[in-house]
Amino acid sequence: MLEIKGLAAVIDNKTILNGIDLVVPTGEIHAIMGPNGSGKSTLAYVLAGREGYEVTAGSATYDGHDLLGIEPEERAALGLFLAFQYPVELPGVNNANFLRTALNAQRRARGEAELNAVQFLKLARAQAKALSMPDDMLKRNVNVGFSGGEKKRNEVLQMAVLRPKLAILDETDSGLDIDALKIVADGVNALRGPDFSAVVITHYQRLLDHIVPDRVHILSNGRIVKSGGPELAHALEAGGYAAIVPEGASEAA
Amino acid sequence: MSTTAPPSGPVAALNAAAAAFIARYNDSKARLPGDTHARAEAAALLAEHGLPGPREEAWRYTSLRPFAETPFAPSVPAEPPASLLARIPAIEGTRLVFVDGRFHSELSGVPRGIRVTTGEPALGRIARPATEKLVALNTMLAEDGAAIHVPAGIDGGTIILVSIATGHSIGFHPRHAVVLAAGAKLTVLDLALGDGEYLHNPVISFEIAEGATASHLRIQDEGEGAFHLSTAYAEVAADATYDSFALTLGARLARMEVHARLAGERAAAHLNAAQLLGNTRSGDGQHADFTTVVAHDAPNTASRQTVKNVLTGRSRGVFQGKIEVARIAQKTDGYQMNQALLLSAEAEMNSKPQLEIYADDVKCSHGATVGALDGDQLFYLRSRGVPEAEARAILVRAFLSEALDPIGHDQARGAMEAAIAGWWDRHTI
Repeated sequence: MLEIKGLAAVIDNKTILNGIDLVVPTGEIHAIMGPNGSGKSTLAYVLAGREGYEVTAGSATYDGHDLLGIEPEERAALGLFLAFQYPVELPGVNNANFLRTALNAQRRARGEAELNAVQFLKLARAQAKALSMPDDMLKRNVNVGFSGGEKKRNEVLQMAVLRPKLAILDETDSGLDIDALKIVADGVNALRGPDFSAVVITHYQRLLDHIVPDRVHILSNGRIVKSGGPELAHALEAGGYAAIVPEGASEAA
Repeated sequence: MSTTAPPSGPVAALNAAAAAFIARYNDSKARLPGDTHARAEAAALLAEHGLPGPREEAWRYTSLRPFAETPFAPSVPAEPPASLLARIPAIEGTRLVFVDGRFHSELSGVPRGIRVTTGEPALGRIARPATEKLVALNTMLAEDGAAIHVPAGIDGGTIILVSIATGHSIGFHPRHAVVLAAGAKLTVLDLALGDGEYLHNPVISFEIAEGATASHLRIQDEGEGAFHLSTAYAEVAADATYDSFALTLGARLARMEVHARLAGERAAAHLNAAQLLGNTRSGDGQHADFTTVVAHDAPNTASRQTVKNVLTGRSRGVFQGKIEVARIAQKTDGYQMNQALLLSAEAEMNSKPQLEIYADDVKCSHGATVGALDGDQLFYLRSRGVPEAEARAILVRAFLSEALDPIGHDQARGAMEAAIAGWWDRHTI
């Protein structure tokens, strides 16, 4: 279970998160929606441990572990996965080697046996196939020369191979055509189960037609201003943020 | 001596060092093998001009001062320790092993199909002691070397040319010459190993006839107290290729100078290099200089240089790359890229590209970048579970791969990777 209490964070002396309270029980998928600049990506980065953010108040725990006090790689070994809004290119780093290094580093940290090259390739190829991705994607350098859609699919492939327990998807749907969107959704839905939870950050209702969330939260000015069921996303689609976000919320921030 | 240098300071120290080398030559010239005339000429050049000093443009970033203050005695025959022998990579080919600059026949093999002569310096035809002072020093004091000749049309396979230094405070100046006749092929894996403080001042030349291909792959992994000052020459005829890669890991002060002349149409030279530098155990920063001069002297010639530097601690890297395009050398294609990764605040990179172009229809480009590891890339790797140290290592290796990838010789590439892994064990990045 992910538990965030009163989380506040600043970057370059600017307050971005302003007291986030959020609980994602194990087995559930929650969506976070909100306008540009509301703090969605910052929340994702703070949870994953990116440098540059200063947490000024609050806590975030996963299954009782204090996430904010440990390194990004330790969070990953606990089962946290961030699908990046802008996946990073790694020239000179082979995609398959990258993924195998990551998987084995996590397995080592958890005291599990590492996979050899043959075992790994079998797993990675099977996952690539299940996601309708060409094998060729594994042979290329990480995200180098990938189209926007390929980069997002590569994030989903990593997620499928690493099998996280808590996935945070940061606008994984942006810039995707409908076919790619379905592949991304299939990747998440394949992991769905009693031990898997996810936080799906998105601007649009569209992804939530394919990944139906248990709860939807609206983020505005660094704070969750409204929570509800999947119907909240539909209301948002129909009326826009102005209709949903109470006027007091923006004034308070 | 025509110098009017003050009695102290770097110039005086270098003059004193040159005088000490000349005195050693005078003591030993009766027993030195080979061309006595060339030696005497080199001694006269050195007496007149001294060692390279800080006032010379080509030596602006690299000072020989620390070297000038260390006395170097002539070497005596020695047996190398097993620890150094174990570092010679086990790759297919014929070993030619030089210990403290002397050919060691028991450790060496006899190649097939090519001619190798040892026992005296192989001066070759293209080295220029009159222009390069360290080549004059080498010519004056050289005691041994390998003359390698590959007949026309023959693939000579791989020669593993090994220098092992065992002695403290010794200086040695091996002199090798490689000649490839038309259409011949040869790979030379040129390896320098050692322990302790010493001066290794080798000169090697490659004469590459029409359609021949020489691959010169170098690993400089000298002892951390060592001075490595090497000069390589290549003269490349029509349709021939000099393909080189130099990996610098060792020595407290190193300079590799490469002079390549593209003398015939469609001749090509690749002068790729990687320098990985850090602090020695005593806490001093290593200094390494890779200096190239490529002369395009015929039409349709091509040169490629990718030079990568990974600098930690208080180390200092230097790259000087000069491309000269003669008036006749139309359609020259020259490319030069120098990149440095600075992994500490105290590390420093000096980069000096120079283009001298006298032809009007050429394509020459050069570039240089200096920077730290990319924070976004580091975070991306760590967010996937890769620990920080491993993530840094992956990114540094990725940075180096562009220079290493063109090495077509798989076993030599493996030897490079192993040497880099050894460097890794000794340094924190």
